[in-house]
Formats: sequence, C-alpha cells, structure tokens
Amino acid sequence: MTVYLLCFILFLVGLYGIITRRNLVKIVISLSIMEFSVFLFLAMIGYVEGGSAPIIDPAAPDTIYVDPLPQAMVLTAIVIGLATTAMLMSVIIRIYRKYKTLDIREIKNLRG
Amino acid sequence: MMNPLIPLMVAVPLAGGFLIMILGKFVRDLNKYIATLSLLFLVAATLVLMAGTGNKEAVYRVGGWDNINGIPVGIYLVADGLSAIVLCIINIVGLLSVIYSFTYISRYRSENNYYALFCLMVAGMNGVVLSGDIFNIFVFLEIAAISSYALVAFGVGRTELEATFKYQILGGMASLIILFGIGFIYWRTKTLNIADIRSVMGSETGKPIYLLVQMLLLCGFGLKAAVIPFHAWLPDAHSSAPSPISAMLSGVLIKAVGIYVLIRLFFNMFTISNETAVLITTLGALSMVFGVFLAIGQWDIKRLLAYHSISQMGYVVMSAGMGMILLSKGIKPEVAALAIAGGLFHLINHAAFKSLLFLNAGAIEYRTGTRDLKEMGGLAGLMPATYSSSLVASMSISGIPPFNGFFSKLIIIIAAIMAKFYLLAVIAVLVSIITLASFLKFQRYAFYNREAAKTGNNIREVPFPMVLSMVIMALFCILLSLVAIPQIRDVVLTPAVNVLIDPQLYTSPILGM
Amino acid sequence: MKGMTLIVKKTTQLIAGIVFLYGIYVVLHGHLTPGGGFAGGVIIAGSFILLTLAYGSDFMKLTREETGTTITENLAIFTALLIALAGLITGSRVFFSNWLPAGRVGELISAGVIPLYNIFIGIEVAASILTIFLALIIFKEEITK
Repeated sequence: MTVYLLCFILFLVGLYGIITRRNLVKIVISLSIMEFSVFLFLAMIGYVEGGSAPIIDPAAPDTIYVDPLPQAMVLTAIVIGLATTAMLMSVIIRIYRKYKTLDIREIKNLRG
Repeated sequence: MMNPLIPLMVAVPLAGGFLIMILGKFVRDLNKYIATLSLLFLVAATLVLMAGTGNKEAVYRVGGWDNINGIPVGIYLVADGLSAIVLCIINIVGLLSVIYSFTYISRYRSENNYYALFCLMVAGMNGVVLSGDIFNIFVFLEIAAISSYALVAFGVGRTELEATFKYQILGGMASLIILFGIGFIYWRTKTLNIADIRSVMGSETGKPIYLLVQMLLLCGFGLKAAVIPFHAWLPDAHSSAPSPISAMLSGVLIKAVGIYVLIRLFFNMFTISNETAVLITTLGALSMVFGVFLAIGQWDIKRLLAYHSISQMGYVVMSAGMGMILLSKGIKPEVAALAIAGGLFHLINHAAFKSLLFLNAGAIEYRTGTRDLKEMGGLAGLMPATYSSSLVASMSISGIPPFNGFFSKLIIIIAAIMAKFYLLAVIAVLVSIITLASFLKFQRYAFYNREAAKTGNNIREVPFPMVLSMVIMALFCILLSLVAIPQIRDVVLTPAVNVLIDPQLYTSPILGM
Repeated sequence: MKGMTLIVKKTTQLIAGIVFLYGIYVVLHGHLTPGGGFAGGVIIAGSFILLTLAYGSDFMKLTREETGTTITENLAIFTALLIALAGLITGSRVFFSNWLPAGRVGELISAGVIPLYNIFIGIEVAASILTIFLALIIFKEEITK
C-alpha cells in the first residue's frame, strides 16, 4: 500500500510545482512530473504475485505472467504526454519572442 | 452483419488530414476540397446511420474479436440514439465551419496546417462519441484536445499565445485526473468495457473507492465541459481563437468531450446515487447563475458569447441532474424522461445558435476590424445577412417563441415544476430574462446606434461562403423548433432518452452477442 | 549553431551508424521482444539528432522549412491507415483485422500484419520527432540572430 501512497505524493509534488513556480519552463516540467506519477500508478496496478515479464517463451509454457494490459495503456499515455510537452515547448518559444520574458507574472494581457 | 460505416466515421477524416499534409504543398486549393469532401461524406454517413439504427443500437467489433464466455475482449464501437444526436451536431457544424473558413482563413499563412488540424479534431470527436470503452474515450479525447490547442493559437499574436498556454496547462491536468480515475476503475474491475464495468460493479457503487472514482471523473470531465468552478480557461480560449474555431470549440467540443461523456458514464456505467445527483444539479445551477452575471459586464463580443456558453451548458447539466435525482429515488420516471429530453434538446439548440453567434462575431470583426462593442454601430443596413441571422440567433438564445430556444427552456422549466423543484424553475426563468437583457445590449450596440460608430463608412457585406454558412445555420435554428412536435420528437429524442433511463438497452447487445 | 569539439565529432562518426542499426533491430523484432514501433522510432530519431548536435546545424545545411520530414511522416502514417482499411476488403471483412497468415510462434516472419504496422509506425515516429527537433532548432536560430 505504501508504493501507491508514494505515487500520490509525487502527484502532489507536481501540483505544487504548477501552482507556485514563476518560470514557464518549470511549470511544464512540473506537469511532466505529474504525468510520470500517473504512469507509475498504472504500471504497478498489473502486478501479480510471483509473476515474470509477459514475453512468451515456448520452452516453459506454464509460467505466471504479470498483467500486460496496463503496460499497453502506459505506452499509449507516454506518447500522448510527449505530444503535449512538444506543443507546450513550441508555444513557450513563441511567447518568448513576443513578450521577451519567461516570467508568468508579466504575461497578463487578458483580464476580466 | 456489422455496419462498415461506423469505423469509417473515424478513418475518413484521419485519412483526409494526412492527405492534406502530403499533397497540399504541391497543388493550390487542394486542402479546401479534401476537407470539404471528407466532411460531406461524414454528414451523409451520419444521416444514413441515424435513419438505420432507430431504437436499436449498432455494435462494431473492431478486428473481429468476439466475446469469450460472455466477456467482451476487443475494442467495441457503439452507435445508439444518444451517439447519433451528437454525431449530427459535430459533423453538420463542422461542415458549415469549413465552408465559412474558405475566405476567413486566407488572411493567415499555412492554411494546410489549419485544414489538417481541423480534420484531426473532427476525427477525435467522432471517436469519443462512438467509442465503447473508457480508455479509447481518453485516447480520442486527447487527439481532439491537442488539435484544439494548436488551433486556438493559430494566428500567433500575444493574446492567443497566452490563452492557449492557460488552456493547455489546465486541460493537461484534467486529462491526468481522468487517467487516474481510469486506473482506479481497472484496478477494481479488471476490465475496460463500459457495459462490462457496469455488470461487474453491480450495485456496490456506494463503496468509498467508487465514490473517489466518480469525483475524479466529475472533476476531469467537468473541466472539459466548463462547469463552475472549472471554467477559468473558457473565456480566454474561446475569445482568442479564430472565429470558425470558436464556433467549433464552443458549439461542439465542450459538448462532445464534456457533457456527452458525463451523461454516458453517470447514467450507463455507474448506478446513480443521490449525493452525486444533488452535487451535479447544484453545479449546473451555479453555472447558470455565475455565467450570466459574469457575461453582462463584458464589452468584447466574443468574451460575452463565451461566458454565455458557460451559462447555457449549466441548463443542460442541471436538467440531467434533475433526471438523476428522480431516477435515484425511483419516483416519477416520466418526469425524469421529460427533464432529460429537455436537456438533450437544449444541447442541440445551443450547438445551432451559439455557433451561429460566433460566426456572426467573426463576420463583424472581418469587416470592421474591431471586437469592442463601444466602437461599432449601425451595421444593420450595411451588412443585411449578418444582421438578420444574428437577430434569429439572439432571439433563439433568449427564449422567444417561435424559435428553438423557447421550446427547450420551456420543457426544462415544466419538468422542474412537475418534480417540485420550484427554486430551480425560478432560477431558470431569471437567467433567461438576464440573457435577454444581455443580447438586447449586443444587438443595440452592434447593429443600431449609427451615430456612435467610430469605424469607417466603407463596410460591405462579407464574402459569399461566409454568408452561405450563416444563412444555412439560421435555417437550422428555425427548423429545429419542429422537434417539439411529438412525431419528430419520437424519432430524434426518444431513443436517446430510453437508452439513458434503461441501461439494459445499452448493455444487452454488447454482452449478449 | 556551431558544432562540438573534435573528440565528440569522431566518436559520433563511429557510433551513429550502430545506433541506427540498433533502432531498426528493435522495430523489426517488435512482435518477439519488447519494443516495437514507438521505442524503435525514437532510437532511430536519436541517431539523427546525435549527428545534428555533434556537427552543428550550419554543417548539416538545415533550411527554413522542414518539408522532407513532414512529408515522410504523413506518408508513413497514411500507409498504416491504408493497411487497416484493407481489412475491410480482404479476409474477414472487418476493419483493422489481421489479414495475413499467422505462421509459427517465435519466428521473424509471423503474426500477420503486426510487423508491417511496426515498420510504418517506426518510420512515422522517427520522422515526427525529427520534425519537432528541427522546428525548435530553426526557432532558436531566429532568436539569436
């Protein structure tokens, strides 16, 4: 049970980073930390007691395997996280060109 | 025999998007033709599907994997009454937005990217509506969301970039919360199919872990649907985007990936509990009130329309919540059916008139170059098509007969009175009156008031593709009020309401094959 | 941007080809060992990025647009979609079905359509990561100039 609690604490660390950091790149890194905590949680769900990696070996047909479905979910989610981070980084570069600063307290054109 | 149109609804816009990126650099104007052809095929396929299914639902087993011992093991695509309604909204509004953007997007560079991203967004939304298991809902939701992040920042100015940064961070956090909820569901039930989750969870939905899952999914999809208190990204994102994208975001995206998934999961996957239903109704009522009070003081046209989107989505969420309260107590099922029917009818109507209002705002900005209400005036004589279609849309959203908004709000208020929720009926009437006041202000400052105009005198009507899409959408606003007639309502709304009230209609074709 | 020192350039000359071959190995054996399209595509892109970082973008003559990688990427994913749609025409007439013969477990040419998917997804992922990298490199040039 403690490993699942550690995943949740990592999620909260990422959330703290998004709320309190001023630099735009640090906000993106905190979002990545939150993503990694969810991936860890998903991969640990499929654990079976005494299981080995889910690769079929024709010589030993009676082994116990861990659940491979959460691993497929994590692979898909990693690619989605990569696309999100790439989009955010190109937006940050464009923001730097327009505003000449990366401080989030200076970027407040839209109000009300 | 399974219907091959169902996977084509997702595959055709994907193929169109990739073809636009490959061939668009070599042949001029090919991107517009490919996008229009894909969306025309999608509209025709939606109408064929809607005529074919009726009260039955069509299940497509991708890859041909059948049930093993009655447990679904493959990816299932399901089209039933509720999916048919939302598919119609997505594809028809999408086609009209593409026609509108022929002349609107020619001001920007790189039109190839615009049409390809648009096709990807439509493919993602179609996938969310047709999917039969929760992890595919998450994947297609991300496809649609990432395409919309790029489209909001399309004209790379200062305000668009700030708006898309805020939208992306909040949207990314919501997707992570949804993935957390999906992880908990898989941990307990060891399956991902919606019908199978319902049969495994059974009646033990009151356990603490399932309450945690319900709250996580409500927060995640509530942010996608912009209910209060998760609405902070909506005014910036919807007002900074180019106008056809604002029409798609506000008219389709918050419905297809927000409200549709909430209704599907909470009615068909979980057994309804009283506390969750009261919470959803309260959030809907708060959205109605806060949205309209924040909208009155706005002088920017598109920000005003964006805040009104929050308020009108509150109507749909509140009526769905009323249906859930009545179903959880097990009393008066016909009043619950009336409330849910009113909510779904308001969903369709809002797609029609809100996208028309955003297209009008885009036309006004195209000719006058400004979005501030204090700087424009007297456009009634100069832009006749824009003026008349915006008059139709404003009367529809305010609830004036004989346009469509009046009938859907009337059904919701009658359902609230028959269920003895008098406070909710009074709130609905008051919000409707304040909406009328807000749109009277919009009409007066934009279209009358000739003397106060600071814009020039050389304003003509907008080009023909924009006029064509606005006039067709205004015709839909007038024709949709016919859905209140019982014969047409039985074809359009009753299959959707039946599959929500009786989840056996949803699960038995999937599990019984 | 300028390249790196002579030691880095010589080491990259020796290593980049081996990394490229390793990426192709991971893609082709995706149905037997862990890996497959995504992981192998990232490794293939990694070898090109290694060359660009070591020699500098001036030497590699990167132009204003990244047209070549964009067209490669979209062509590869379009071919993968055509393979999925071919399931509607051949075999069991179902979208996304496995319409090639399945063979014996453990051989290189087996498991139907899955190695074809791995190859095209590998090309697509490599090209898309290169497109992202080239776009960020070109932006960086415009800021410093």
